[in-house]
Amino acid sequence: MADALGLLARHGDDAAIVAGGQSLLPILNFRLAAPELLIDIGRLDDLKQITEGDDYIEIGALLRHCDLADSPLIGRDLPLLHQAINHIAHPAVRHRGTIGGSLAMADPAAELGACCLALDGAFSLLSGREQRWVAASDFFKGVYETALQPDEILTAIRIPKPVRNSISVFEEIARRRGDFAMAGLALVAAPNSLRIALLGVADRPVLAGQTMALLSANPTAVDAAMEMIATEIEPPDDPAYPPAYRRHLVQVLLRRALSRLPQ
Amino acid sequence: MTAKHWRIALTVNGEAIAREVPVRLNLVDFLRHDLGFTGSHVGCEQGACGACTIVMDGETVRGCLVLAVQADGCAIETIEGGVDDDLRQMFHTLNALQCGFCTPGMLLSAAELLRANPDPSRDDIRDYLSGNFCRCTGYQAIVDAVETVAKARRS
Amino acid sequence: MSIGAEVPRDRAKRLLTGRGRFVDDIQLPRMLHLAFVRSPYAHARIEAIDTAGAISMPGVIAVYTAKELEDAVSSWRPEHKLFPTMAAPEQHALAKETARWQGEAVAAVVAESRAQAEDAAEHVAVTWHELPAVTDAKAALATDAAVLHDDMTTNLAFSTEIVTGDVALAFRDAAHVVEEHFRFNRHSGVSLEPRGIIAEFEPGENRLTVHQSHQTPHQQQDLYARLLALPEHKVRVICPDVGGAFGLKHHLMADELVACVAARLLCRPVKYIADRLESFLSDIHCRDHEVHARMAFSAAGKILGIEVDDLFNAGAYGQYPRTSIAEGNQITRLTGAPYGHEHYRAGLRMAFLNKSILGHIRSVGHPIACAVAERLLDMGAADFGLDPIEVRRMNYLSDDDFPRTSAGGVEFESLSFNGCLDKALQMIDVPGFRETQTALGQQGIYRGIGIATFVELTAIGPEYYGEGGQHISAQETCLLRLEGSGTVRCYTGVTDQGQGIDTGIQQVVAGVMGLPLADVEVISGDSALCPVGGGSWGSRGAALGGEAALGAARTLRGNILNIAASLLQKEPNDLSIEQGVVIDAASGSRHMAVSEIGRIGHFQPYTIPDGVSADLTVVERYGSRDRMFLAGNGLQIAVVEVDVDSGIVTPLRHLVVHDCGRILNPLLVREQVRGGVVQGIGAALYEELRYDEDGHLMTGSFADYLVPMAGEMPDIEVAHLETPTKTSELGAKGAGEAGTAGAVGAVLNAVNDAIAPFKASIAETPITPPRLLRALGKI
Repeated sequence: MADALGLLARHGDDAAIVAGGQSLLPILNFRLAAPELLIDIGRLDDLKQITEGDDYIEIGALLRHCDLADSPLIGRDLPLLHQAINHIAHPAVRHRGTIGGSLAMADPAAELGACCLALDGAFSLLSGREQRWVAASDFFKGVYETALQPDEILTAIRIPKPVRNSISVFEEIARRRGDFAMAGLALVAAPNSLRIALLGVADRPVLAGQTMALLSANPTAVDAAMEMIATEIEPPDDPAYPPAYRRHLVQVLLRRALSRLPQ
Repeated sequence: MTAKHWRIALTVNGEAIAREVPVRLNLVDFLRHDLGFTGSHVGCEQGACGACTIVMDGETVRGCLVLAVQADGCAIETIEGGVDDDLRQMFHTLNALQCGFCTPGMLLSAAELLRANPDPSRDDIRDYLSGNFCRCTGYQAIVDAVETVAKARRS
Repeated sequence: MSIGAEVPRDRAKRLLTGRGRFVDDIQLPRMLHLAFVRSPYAHARIEAIDTAGAISMPGVIAVYTAKELEDAVSSWRPEHKLFPTMAAPEQHALAKETARWQGEAVAAVVAESRAQAEDAAEHVAVTWHELPAVTDAKAALATDAAVLHDDMTTNLAFSTEIVTGDVALAFRDAAHVVEEHFRFNRHSGVSLEPRGIIAEFEPGENRLTVHQSHQTPHQQQDLYARLLALPEHKVRVICPDVGGAFGLKHHLMADELVACVAARLLCRPVKYIADRLESFLSDIHCRDHEVHARMAFSAAGKILGIEVDDLFNAGAYGQYPRTSIAEGNQITRLTGAPYGHEHYRAGLRMAFLNKSILGHIRSVGHPIACAVAERLLDMGAADFGLDPIEVRRMNYLSDDDFPRTSAGGVEFESLSFNGCLDKALQMIDVPGFRETQTALGQQGIYRGIGIATFVELTAIGPEYYGEGGQHISAQETCLLRLEGSGTVRCYTGVTDQGQGIDTGIQQVVAGVMGLPLADVEVISGDSALCPVGGGSWGSRGAALGGEAALGAARTLRGNILNIAASLLQKEPNDLSIEQGVVIDAASGSRHMAVSEIGRIGHFQPYTIPDGVSADLTVVERYGSRDRMFLAGNGLQIAVVEVDVDSGIVTPLRHLVVHDCGRILNPLLVREQVRGGVVQGIGAALYEELRYDEDGHLMTGSFADYLVPMAGEMPDIEVAHLETPTKTSELGAKGAGEAGTAGAVGAVLNAVNDAIAPFKASIAETPITPPRLLRALGKI
């Protein structure tokens, strides 16, 4: 790790970190980027642990999608992640792709970013200078843009254990199995709180803050929430899936998600 | 330590191999062009088509989404190393391939499914193979072949 | 008799062990690699190209622009003598002064490795002057449109009209008229193996040897010889294992031609393999048609007349050597082909515009012709409350209508529309489906059923390309060689891209000759070894190559029996061959093995009296006479579920009843039909080459261009009727178009059936979720 941080400090933007490589390799193969230096952190075993604290679970950044899917601890305490991982690509990609890699790539349609937002997670960013925690809600800055500084590595994700009796719902709408979704929704409902994160409908995964506030205050205000969730997002100007379509989809997703909650 | 080339040692289909490779070389190109294991194919270079599917330390991966240097110390298996004979035979019997370009990836993925789930439904099979593009068949003969092998193994 | 048996393919065993030999698997000593500099603009003048930066890069051997290739390779014009007024603009191996689509190659870099060639290509500096791009056929034909080609005054490539009967009168007398404007967006064949070539040139012998992933080795031999000014017998084109083709590998591609030129100039082998982005940018594309159509009905529901107007485009140039006209031509010929109307008018306009060249991909024109007529028929049926099945039954050409020339001018020998429908209705319980549909509709689950009847045109005759001036053989020749050991080598001009025609021909030869299947090997895909033939496209292999093989097998069998008869002092007619043994025809008693004939015929020929026809290498040819096509037919039924909230369509069930005449091998035909259906479902629901208004391709990867995958595809039930053609002894018609021909129409009708409760309809493919929700008025 010290070596990696040292190289990163020296080379900064000219270097690229490769973990599982499932996001970086297509970029390299297509010659969309040609970093001077690749720093392979894939064998830093310290980043492959899931640790349980009293009120949180910490997931090492190098945990692969398949590791998370196989983890009974994640299944018990963070079922949202289990639901979401089934939608990520295909088995051969889940065998290599890591949670840290996915989050650091910050594809606006990626499942795990929205999940971390819904779960109110925080990310450990480590450099030769410092280690700092950044809330998921502060981490995503735009399409493929994050709070990571050129000399920082995302090392862990810390997620508060949801309170007892909380319910997690993950829903997405994709045209084929394993595709990046046209829109998706991660919802965590606890007795006194409701968090809703959306993917694929903005330049980054976003919390539907106004809708959350509305439904937290008045859980039966479903119609108003439908209205609100469609207007509080700013979908990308994509001719294949125009903003009106994605606004419609988040309504569909919210209705589906709410229907999965006990009445 | 940084360099444009890197010396790696790995096993491919059980055979120990050591080579110096450019860092930017991906694993499937290394297997195909440097080692001559041309059974794995390249169809998209972005992990979408599954033609380059190989087995790395016991798990299927996309050969185009792994750098050769990342395979240092790993055990790689390609279609040339063999795949469950009953599965291969059933692909032949039921004509579960036409041009054969997707077939190595399809076989390795199907073999992995049957290891994890000896009793898959047709939908389970379609789901597990949903990252392997076949342009020739209607997928049905492939699903039939996997399903038939699963049933035969259970009986 | 091995003809008609469900025999798995020999070649498949090799492919299953990873021992395929695709072009990119071949490495030759001192082989070089090619990468292209492509136009980033849809339409731009090339002001200057500076190659100095590239030529000094590591590993670079040569950098070419159009100027360097001027004397080394000819340009070409896609002309067709059946369509003499069609514009045929000149195309060069590398764009000369103007690039006319995004992705057109303007410079080529040859280097020691592909990576080095790509590195250097990034250092070729092109000074561009961007020109206005035309990206839509209607806009291309507008009076103020930018004109693509210097020797033309408009972008109109061709227009024509077919008129049969008095269509105006039919519409005037009609009790009902339905009308729809359709849009079938652009897609392509998308073989999993991209295009690829290795060209090597031997200067001492003036010999060009090409390994190419291609469907037509002899066509390529002719083209490379003419364009490179080489004697044709010094050009050899070998098609090794081909990883899917579907029509996109039966043309001249400028990229591959550059590889041949480079190999000749450098006298070293040159490999070029298209990557996926290059494939999407510069492969031959298909469809991209806007069709306006009307159908006139009598009060009873009889079709009185059909009017069709097809507006489409050839892309930037027109494909060579076949031209780009066929898709529009098939649409104008085939729309409504299964029905008995007498009045018909079909207009066609083809434009040039700034996209990749449009050409012949599987089932050329068929899916559009089928979808248009079948949708209009459903619309008509709905209008006057007739069941879609009954309205078809009422209008089908019936068995005693044949032979017949259709209103579109296509000759039908004998088709089985009613028989196919009867069979289909045994396979699916339509009234039961309707009950379920209604019940589920009340729960907000919307399912639909769609029927599409199609005609499948196969095995084109020499009247089209021969007459058109192309050097493309419609005749097939088969050479059989009995080896000394009594086994047989069969050399054919048709090629195998996975469909299994090698096995079909093997079955014909073994079956006719009375040999075990294993004693026959088929050799194809080599322009030097195999008799001149047309390759495999347009579903011609079984009908033409199969018939030629039958003739050759019969001749060789005859010669074997002649030799046996002379040795046994019997009459040849009293003998037969079974399982490789010459037997007494009447009693079945065993005389001698064919291996004995091989040994004696080759090594002890003196034992055979003079005058006995005893050739053990025989050649027979088969070419159809006086017919443009062999027509087959069938129908498909699709069942889908439409999620009216998300707009996603899920195919639930699909069935095909198909009549392609005599079937050589049902195992192979069934899955080929299914593969065609899946490509049709792809066109109906997923696949689209989408360009922005500046002509930039928006779907250049598998993340954006969606192909059908296993997870979304339904099981597909396939049944066959067999109405053999009487024009050949074998009786086989082609089978490769059927799946794709009918699937688009069936799915389109099924989706429209599902959304009928909303009084909504859709007439654009692919039926993407946003398009469907717009049709439903939800966004």
